[in-house]
Amino acid sequence: MADRHPLFMPLILVGGLLFGFGLGFSQMARPEVVLQFLQFEDIGLLFVMFGAAIVSGIAFAVMPRLRDSAPLTGDRYERRLKPFDRNVLIGGAIFGIGWGLSGICPGAAYASLGVGNVSILWALAGMFVGAYLQGVWRSTRATTDIVPSDAD
Amino acid sequence: MVADPVPLQLTAELFPNGISRYAVGGMLVGLGTVVIYVGTGIPAGASTFLESTLSYVSGQSRFQRYVASRDWRVVFTLGIILGGLAFAATVQSGVITTSLYEAGTTGERYEVGGVTLWATDVQAWRLLVGGLFVGIGTRIGKGCTSGHGVCGVGSASKTSIVGVMTFLTVAIATAQIVAALGVSP
Repeated sequence: MADRHPLFMPLILVGGLLFGFGLGFSQMARPEVVLQFLQFEDIGLLFVMFGAAIVSGIAFAVMPRLRDSAPLTGDRYERRLKPFDRNVLIGGAIFGIGWGLSGICPGAAYASLGVGNVSILWALAGMFVGAYLQGVWRSTRATTDIVPSDAD
Repeated sequence: MVADPVPLQLTAELFPNGISRYAVGGMLVGLGTVVIYVGTGIPAGASTFLESTLSYVSGQSRFQRYVASRDWRVVFTLGIILGGLAFAATVQSGVITTSLYEAGTTGERYEVGGVTLWATDVQAWRLLVGGLFVGIGTRIGKGCTSGHGVCGVGSASKTSIVGVMTFLTVAIATAQIVAALGVSP
């Protein structure tokens, strides 16, 4: 990692700043606003995701035609599509329960901390514990899955 | 976006705060994603940070696979936090005034060193238990609102579109049931 471009980290930071400022500006960093959206009291929040998806979608479509690779990493501009399996449905449903209960998702939780919402540390603690539990469970399962196939 | 002859009254009910602040905020979120993608080729999502950061303290294989990206993901998250703070110090504090910002009636506003901060009224148990489900679900489901919702939908990934439909539908049902049970805020 010593060969990373000196501007790599500053650029990531600037991207994060814009991202967090946008979440503050849209008020998606407020769980109440997300809950009002999910309860159909103000569905304007849809435009946060669509607005962001359209802007990033333009870059995803245009950049591969302008250049072969990114200037700071040399990585190719390509679509990194995630394979579909039932985990997308199972995980999505579990995430939906959590989002609907708390009104907060990971990116908005980080921004929420920035706007002064100290209580969001409860949600962040929950997210880390949840990520840890599924990680331990899936790491263990992956290890035990290998044993029988080795025996074959 | 065909202009449907939707009765104005219904529009006002569904969009009591208009759409501009949401759309402008969303475009800034998208711009943050674009800056990182153009410079590095990385479509950045927010929830991988949870697992990549756990790799600093846990040797589990599930977390160790993110070792290569864990340092920049910390910086990305730090940027998001500071971006929220920058919003608080400017728009939320009234240093920059825009018709798109309204203080709103939710949560508590308080001041620290001349900066207007905001804190939620949503109960701690909802945040903690909800966060737990978010932590499990986003990682099993391969992404969250930014990874699937912004990057995935932006690149027209069918997996991400299905993922978004799934978590959006379940979140709507959950929030409606919780509200119907009288839990507020």
